[in-house]
Amino acid sequence: MTARTERRVTPEPFVWLLFSAGGVVAALVLPVLLVLFGVAIPLGWVAAPDHAHLLAVLRNPLTRLGLIGVCALTLVHAAHRLRFTVEHAFRLRRYDPIIATACYGAAVVGTAAAIYLLLAAL
Amino acid sequence: MISPLEARYYRRRMPLLWWVRRRTHALFMAREVSSLFVALFVVELLLLVRAVARGATAYEAFLDAMARPAVIVVNLVALAFVLLHAVTFANLTPRAMIVRVRGRRVPSRAILASVYLGWLVVTAFLAWLVLA
Repeated sequence: MTARTERRVTPEPFVWLLFSAGGVVAALVLPVLLVLFGVAIPLGWVAAPDHAHLLAVLRNPLTRLGLIGVCALTLVHAAHRLRFTVEHAFRLRRYDPIIATACYGAAVVGTAAAIYLLLAAL
Repeated sequence: MISPLEARYYRRRMPLLWWVRRRTHALFMAREVSSLFVALFVVELLLLVRAVARGATAYEAFLDAMARPAVIVVNLVALAFVLLHAVTFANLTPRAMIVRVRGRRVPSRAILASVYLGWLVVTAFLAWLVLA
């Protein structure tokens, strides 16, 4: 390593911080929601919450902010991981600029959708 | 002997699907692929929020769509991957985070136990929030 490469500023530490935060949030929050909405409610193990209750929960400012945070962090986490998964699994590192743009771009679009849905549409 | 020029351009040939041969490599790839299902479920969550925002009829339609057998199968696969993600990420915590109390290192088992306890608390709170 030369001194020049050491001094180079990269966004890598920042992306890494978001990546690990997103991993923690995904591990904590997603399993229970996936069990409920993906399995238990569709199979009739538990009754679906009624619309008014969910609307009230989602309109709470804390829920709005929390859910936006969850979506943003988990999507950045998934994008970062998917970028390197695709590149390593199929040896496509050559196309990193395209793959990185597509992955992070999708995360940004998803986050924007979350912000719109939770702040404007509800 | 190979010349430095040859060495520079030498590339070890790797099969395209190099990760299917060894179990550890396949497990590594499964862990990485879990991110795809994390993203998929976040999209499902956003569709739920959209349906709730649109009203009771849209919410019922969303529930019906989620109850289709194919969707349930996809969600079961997604659940397996999301759980794989959760377990592998939780087991990483003692390595990523070294806690010291009065100069002594907290054993990784204790950290792991608190991670899973926190996970239980969050899970119970969210289930209560959704269902109560």
